[in-house]
Amino acid sequence: MIQLAIEIPYWGQSLLRVLGGLVAVLLPAGTIVYLFLFKMMSFMQSRLGPMEAGPYGSLQLVAEVGKWMQKEDLAPEAADKSIFKIAPLVVLVSTFLLVVVIPFGPDALFTDFEVGIFYGLAVASISVLGILIAGWASANKYSLLGGLRAAGQLIAYELPMVLAVVGVVIQAGSMNLQQIVVAQNTYEIFGLDWIGMPFVITQCVGFVIFMIAVQAELTQPPFDMPIAESELVSGYMTEYSGFRFLIFFIGEFATAGVFAFLASILFLGGWGIPFAWFGWTDLDSVDNWMNVVGPVIMLTKMMLLTGIIMWVRFSYPRFREDQLQTFAWKVLIPVSILNIAVTAILKVAV
Amino acid sequence: MTLASLFAQADGGVNVAQNVGFYIIAAGMLWAAFRVVSTKNVVHAALWLVVVLGGIAAQYILAAAEFVAISQVLVYIGAVMVLFLFGIMLTRATIGADTDVFNKGWAVGIPVALLVFGVLAYVTIDFTEDSLLVDPTEEQIAATTTAISDGYLGPYLVPLIAVSFVLLAAAIGAIVLARKD
Repeated sequence: MIQLAIEIPYWGQSLLRVLGGLVAVLLPAGTIVYLFLFKMMSFMQSRLGPMEAGPYGSLQLVAEVGKWMQKEDLAPEAADKSIFKIAPLVVLVSTFLLVVVIPFGPDALFTDFEVGIFYGLAVASISVLGILIAGWASANKYSLLGGLRAAGQLIAYELPMVLAVVGVVIQAGSMNLQQIVVAQNTYEIFGLDWIGMPFVITQCVGFVIFMIAVQAELTQPPFDMPIAESELVSGYMTEYSGFRFLIFFIGEFATAGVFAFLASILFLGGWGIPFAWFGWTDLDSVDNWMNVVGPVIMLTKMMLLTGIIMWVRFSYPRFREDQLQTFAWKVLIPVSILNIAVTAILKVAV
Repeated sequence: MTLASLFAQADGGVNVAQNVGFYIIAAGMLWAAFRVVSTKNVVHAALWLVVVLGGIAAQYILAAAEFVAISQVLVYIGAVMVLFLFGIMLTRATIGADTDVFNKGWAVGIPVALLVFGVLAYVTIDFTEDSLLVDPTEEQIAATTTAISDGYLGPYLVPLIAVSFVLLAAAIGAIVLARKD
């Protein structure tokens, strides 16, 4: 695709990819926590939020991480120690596995996986295991209830998420995320080639379902029944403190960022701009500077989508457990199956 | 096959790293499989099973069967094992060693397991006739997913529908059995 002036050896490329993966996971997580959790939430609640550490409290996160790292690594007396300690790592690993398939530019990618989106949905489901065993290993009824609720919820909302993506896959004709980006930037609407076709226009139903499912997968309000603090203390996280709590915390917000990356690739055109603007025809003809501009575009879209996720989070009250399950099984899944049927018919007919 | 003979064949289309990886993962899977039946805690057994199933997915990746590998993760780790754990935790999930996890007649399982292993090994070796898998090209890997879907919606459409019908019947049967009213 590109001819680099310098040849980077394989180990160098791998090292760069690992560093890139760390940045792609941790940078959004930190930004989301500061910008949305600290500042936007405070603004919506008519308060200032953290103001002391650094200008406008921008170093608050550093202080918090420092505090958590210093705390003792506690495990309850009756807990299953080894499982208790592994559980948060399972959740975080699932996030890091997820970021591997996300392309940030024509060549700025970790791996060009032919079944990328399928892989993404598969590894996202691993985090359920971590949450479930975290709840069990804590040897605590609140934790166990929280873990069970989380598992039930994540299974229920994984289905509409997968089904919502199927519409995009049908329309793009590929499960490769890179091909999905190219499809959105080369397709035409009514012969207009300068706007491309972000699938949010044609797959608006799928987009809404996907975002709702993401909200539920993150166990964020209004879907935070698993950690409902008024009845379960803190659900599966009750017994966790110190840096293991920090890992859960990072995992939650990093996953929000990674899912937003995924949504912007599937529905908002990803790193691309309509290829017709610069006379590109396919992936190989895209100019090299897109490798620098692409990640910026992706970050912008990611911030936009996480902004919406957090806005919903701070605005809506919690669903009751039965409402939550009914909503997934009786509303989202039928609608997304209908969406697939309509998409498939139009794909063949048009 | 010894490692030395493996390296000797490295020029003949044998991917050494792939073979070494196979044996490392296989050893891990064997240990995990042994722990599934020997551990005294039901939840631990389920988690060791996750390791085995993850190992199978890794083996599929080594064999360049991406789609099957990911289906393995999505279906077995993401769904089946979560349901297993869910069920265990809803019924009996004590922490620490359980007292009555071992069946009295557990020794009967050994000849059965050996028999199944023997049959599977014989069939696999007989079927492949000692032939070596060649390194697939990028195009071949890319084409597997399309080939699978073409197969499902073409010559294997009837078996697919038959299997899904069986699953549907099983699901309805489970609901009928579980309903009290």
